[in-house]
Amino acid sequence: MTETTATQEHEHHGPAKGIGRWLYTTNHKDIGMMYLIFALAMFFIGGVMALAIRAELFQPGLQLLEPAFFNQMTTMHGLIMIFGAIMPAFVGLANWMIPLQIGAPDMALPRMNNLSFWILPFGFAIMLSTLFMAGGAPSGGWTMYAPLSTTYAPPSMIFLLFSIHILGASSIMGAINIIATILNLRAPGMTLMKMPMFTWTWLITAFLLIAVMPVLAGVVTMMIMDMHFGTSFFNAAGGGDPVLYQHIFWFFGHPEVYIMILPAFGIISEIIPTFSRKRLFGYASMVYATASIALLSFVVWAHHMFTVGMPIVAEVFFMFATMIIAVPTGVKVFNWIATMFRGSLTFETPMLFAIGFIVLFTIGGFSGLMLAIAPADFQYHDTYFVVAHFHYVLVPGALFSIFAAVYYWLPKWTGHKLNETMGQFHFWLSFIAVNITFFPMHFVGLAGMPRRIPDYALQFADFNAMASVGAFLFGLSQLVFLYNIVQNARAGEKADAREWEGAEGLEWTVPSPHPYHTFSTPPEVK
Amino acid sequence: MDCAFAASLSYILHAAGSKMNKLVVRLFAASVLMFGFGFALVPLYEVFCDITGLNGKNYNRGPVAAVQSIDYAREVKVQFITSNPANMPWEFGPYERTQRVNPGRTINTHFVAKNPTAEWMVAQAVPSITPSEAAPYFTKINCFCFDRQPLESGASTEMPMVYVVDPELPRHISTITVSYSLYDITGEE
Repeated sequence: MTETTATQEHEHHGPAKGIGRWLYTTNHKDIGMMYLIFALAMFFIGGVMALAIRAELFQPGLQLLEPAFFNQMTTMHGLIMIFGAIMPAFVGLANWMIPLQIGAPDMALPRMNNLSFWILPFGFAIMLSTLFMAGGAPSGGWTMYAPLSTTYAPPSMIFLLFSIHILGASSIMGAINIIATILNLRAPGMTLMKMPMFTWTWLITAFLLIAVMPVLAGVVTMMIMDMHFGTSFFNAAGGGDPVLYQHIFWFFGHPEVYIMILPAFGIISEIIPTFSRKRLFGYASMVYATASIALLSFVVWAHHMFTVGMPIVAEVFFMFATMIIAVPTGVKVFNWIATMFRGSLTFETPMLFAIGFIVLFTIGGFSGLMLAIAPADFQYHDTYFVVAHFHYVLVPGALFSIFAAVYYWLPKWTGHKLNETMGQFHFWLSFIAVNITFFPMHFVGLAGMPRRIPDYALQFADFNAMASVGAFLFGLSQLVFLYNIVQNARAGEKADAREWEGAEGLEWTVPSPHPYHTFSTPPEVK
Repeated sequence: MDCAFAASLSYILHAAGSKMNKLVVRLFAASVLMFGFGFALVPLYEVFCDITGLNGKNYNRGPVAAVQSIDYAREVKVQFITSNPANMPWEFGPYERTQRVNPGRTINTHFVAKNPTAEWMVAQAVPSITPSEAAPYFTKINCFCFDRQPLESGASTEMPMVYVVDPELPRHISTITVSYSLYDITGEE
């Protein structure tokens, strides 16, 4: 009897063998890993599309791409990077790290967790298949404005809309799971105000997801109905209103951009204290700032549509509401700086990405403030200035924070120390390339170069050539990232349980690599 | 799965059990509610525009209630602009592009439309008034935009429009622009 139990335990100790481990897994670490690998694959697919765009824009005139295909590239690049790369990467980090951070044995709803991951590859297979359909992929921009993306869309549009329904369902289930985990499975003694910042920002992000992803599902449903069931939500001839589309879309869209940045704030708030060897400055104010940013995100949506023909009162309201967001965001940036002030700083790879984040995200924040000025926005609207703005907050913003997080927690996942030389090589290459790529876009944008157009006036040629060179350099430097994680997973010096000297938190109390199951007995938090 | 681990996980989930079920049900209900809210935004948008007068849509229709005094001392410029969305082949325009009118006076004008195609077609005009602040002071007693406009192949028509500008129109408004977009709705007949 004793013998049998021993064998059983031995056999069932680790993960299941073969493909079944991945298909049927309910383990939060496995699912987190699959999310991250999926996001990386999508990042490279979306990146190749970005390089196609930059190759065409290297010189004025039409060289490589048909204009229609160029439009498909801009549309698909946006959708894939937002829904396929950035969002799943953050969800993956949440899955992997939140149970470890709060001392929970797993996510609260492990089977739903499996489902929310496994519908994603199908959703994106549908989305990517539109590229091979008659009439091409949808090309009306990732914002899918009606009527351009309803009445005048290629037949493949319906597949895109259906895939967005799938991604939305996945996100909503993921968010419900994260809230249920954080609210119910915290270790004894871990009160809400003792939670690590990454967990806090994800809790707030999950509420944003539940609030707005269904609105996106609603607007997508209305588009399907307009296109195939004869309704006229956005069709002026039938009494609808195309501007209504923009209102509903951006009611989802603005909280969505915070969904892509709040977890990044959480990651930075973990890494800066670790490598400053100090506690986070102003923990409570960080929590409240995150919550106020989330709440304010619901009342600023129309700043995306200043030129649509709004009355002055509305423009003024949305202008000031938008600018108020700079206050809680400023609180965060100053808190990070105050955390570093008089700390014992060291500059390992995660810290470099975190500092790069603070500097470059702030540049993106400032150009956002410029865009918020309603009268000035008429000059910038739909120019490359907007492209520069949102790439600064999404690439050296959200994406750098994901790099930082991966480098920070990689020793915990693989049990191997980082190769600092290669990590720093990746950082400096990315940091330089990202600025060569996106900084010149501010200038051509202010000078009037419109976005989403495959050709441009001769005067923009030099800056565009520069941006294209930067883009290819940035693309290549991500191969260094790929090399770094593969190399780290295969071999390396044994990492310590508390790999970083200043690291605080429950995830550093388990050995590196973490066992397949952790916290079967809840830890005590004092 | 490790037996000890499975036992502890099920113990923890059980302990959190009923509280958790309630939470998860609420969260799912919240997302269903927000899906509904997306659709509720459609009528809310109409109501909001109606109350605030945004969008230039809430002009008055039908006969003017009381006989209004005509303000001979004041002249307001009324401009008519028309546009055809893509794929709308009709020739369509105002009989008079600009009219100078005294507030309170009933004005008759008409628009001209021609169907140059070989097909019988139906059109619907969708109006908008700028500045939107003027919209509540602009009353259409009769307008071709109230009805669908069928037209035989090659035929042309004069489409009437009768309107009054309210003498209460704020003093700072000196020009009202009335725009019509003409949509092909043949397929929807």
